[in-house]
Amino acid sequence: MRVYPAVYIRGLRRYSTYRAATIAGILTNSVFGCINAAVLIALFSVRPEINGYDMGDAVTQVFVCQALIATVAVMGPPLDLGERVRTGAVGVDLLRPVSLMGWWLAEDLGRATFSLVFRGTPTFLVGTVLFDLVLPKTLGHWALVLVSCALAAVIGFALRYLYELAGFWILDTRGIWAIVGMLGPVAAGMLLPLALYPPAVSGVLRALPWASTIQIPAEILLGKESLPGGSIAGGLALQAGWALGLLLLGAWITSVATRKVVVQGG
Amino acid sequence: MADTFARPGPRPAPRWGRPVERLSRPIRVYLLLAWTWSRALAQYPASLLLMTLGTSLGAIAEVFAVFVVFRHAGALDGFSLAEGLLIAGLASLMFATADMLMGMVEGLGQHIRTGSLDVMLVRPVSPLIQIITDRFALRRLGRVIPAGVITGIALHHCDIDWTLGKILFLPVLLVSGVAIAAAIWLAGSCLQFFVIDAREAANSVTYGGQALTEYPLSIYGKGVVTAVTFAVPLAFVGWQPVLYLLDRPDPTGLPESLRFASPFVAVLACTAAALLWRLGLRRYRSTGS
Repeated sequence: MRVYPAVYIRGLRRYSTYRAATIAGILTNSVFGCINAAVLIALFSVRPEINGYDMGDAVTQVFVCQALIATVAVMGPPLDLGERVRTGAVGVDLLRPVSLMGWWLAEDLGRATFSLVFRGTPTFLVGTVLFDLVLPKTLGHWALVLVSCALAAVIGFALRYLYELAGFWILDTRGIWAIVGMLGPVAAGMLLPLALYPPAVSGVLRALPWASTIQIPAEILLGKESLPGGSIAGGLALQAGWALGLLLLGAWITSVATRKVVVQGG
Repeated sequence: MADTFARPGPRPAPRWGRPVERLSRPIRVYLLLAWTWSRALAQYPASLLLMTLGTSLGAIAEVFAVFVVFRHAGALDGFSLAEGLLIAGLASLMFATADMLMGMVEGLGQHIRTGSLDVMLVRPVSPLIQIITDRFALRRLGRVIPAGVITGIALHHCDIDWTLGKILFLPVLLVSGVAIAAAIWLAGSCLQFFVIDAREAANSVTYGGQALTEYPLSIYGKGVVTAVTFAVPLAFVGWQPVLYLLDRPDPTGLPESLRFASPFVAVLACTAAALLWRLGLRRYRSTGS
């Protein structure tokens, strides 16, 4: 079982070579963070409290979102798997004596780790320097935030893996991406914190897997009452449930897909 | 077919001759290539439909966010919900049109990396036209149309004193805004000639600019408004045209005559972007792959 750690390390190293892209990414995430924060500051200076959120909470969530955006990749980029299904290169992946999902999970977690440490963390630091963010007070709380980020990365992978698996049936997954790449960010609380929507709507969105990639980690960092069960443990349980459920679903669909696969191309 | 080659072809037009031909040829080539790519991408009809739908949903989601914010706030910096939606709709319309016509230029780094820019350079068509029509995405109409509809609805609900001047000047403002947005797109992408991986950095002025112009610019403070008026002229996409239509004084105290500067800024921005493109192309060295 040494293969998965090896793939994980390769994934980490692969993305560490694009240094200029990482710096460009931090710049872009920070700019977007500042724009979104300015809008929410303008809003909250007119309405100091909306559904339990105040200005500090909202601005903090903006930067949690910008820090996690690349790690959980809700808006993409897609896994290379989809293109490999389209070109038939997936045949090579299936020949390997390891599980298809395990291989891609290890590779993607490598990417996610690099992105969280070298892209997410600097972006969040920019936020703490420029704005008055609400931060956890204890080390234990920070550790729980880290666990939540790890679970968010797994859910982010599982969602993208499921999108790409659809390629076994419809061949070109760009259409799927066009839809989920737009709806996912709304449901994740990236467009606006979910607290700004009517409670009935945000209640439903919070329970969906996309919220567990951004909104729930943000609420865990803020220590919000609105988490399932009203506590951080409830939020982590929801995330763990989605991570496990989506991975099981992914494993099952993989077995169905590989039984019907016809490798195209030459 | 052999005799086709034997026959002497039409003589090439002199380089500076036929000005109409010189102007119309790029447009014809653009349309031809765009049409070719549209047909190619239509070979996956389910994907095309989903992508168009997705693009529309994206545009609607962004305006929806503006709607939610204004519903909570009532008014931001003296702009009501309808006026806020007018700003968002108009900015989105201009950016979406520019994105459709010019957005593919952000793939420049990819063309440099894979060497496909070399192939474009040996073809007898401007490489810029080839890049901006490469995989031309008709689906981006899915963004233009909802933006147009929202602008229309917002115009209807805003209290605008329509004069002949406004009716005549509105198209000028629209065209200028699209030209400025396209120039920003091109200039941002030209960065990739100098730093290949900089695609995302350009996103902070292109998509970031789009996000910025969705709200009344005055909420960002005077510093930002000055920067996006005089440095990166985003203020002329959405904001200044709306101030003109609503007869509003500039809340940040900038001179009111700025709102008539759009066409001049558009010419300046396009010239600057074109020069940057030339500069980048001259500096370009093939990766050899």
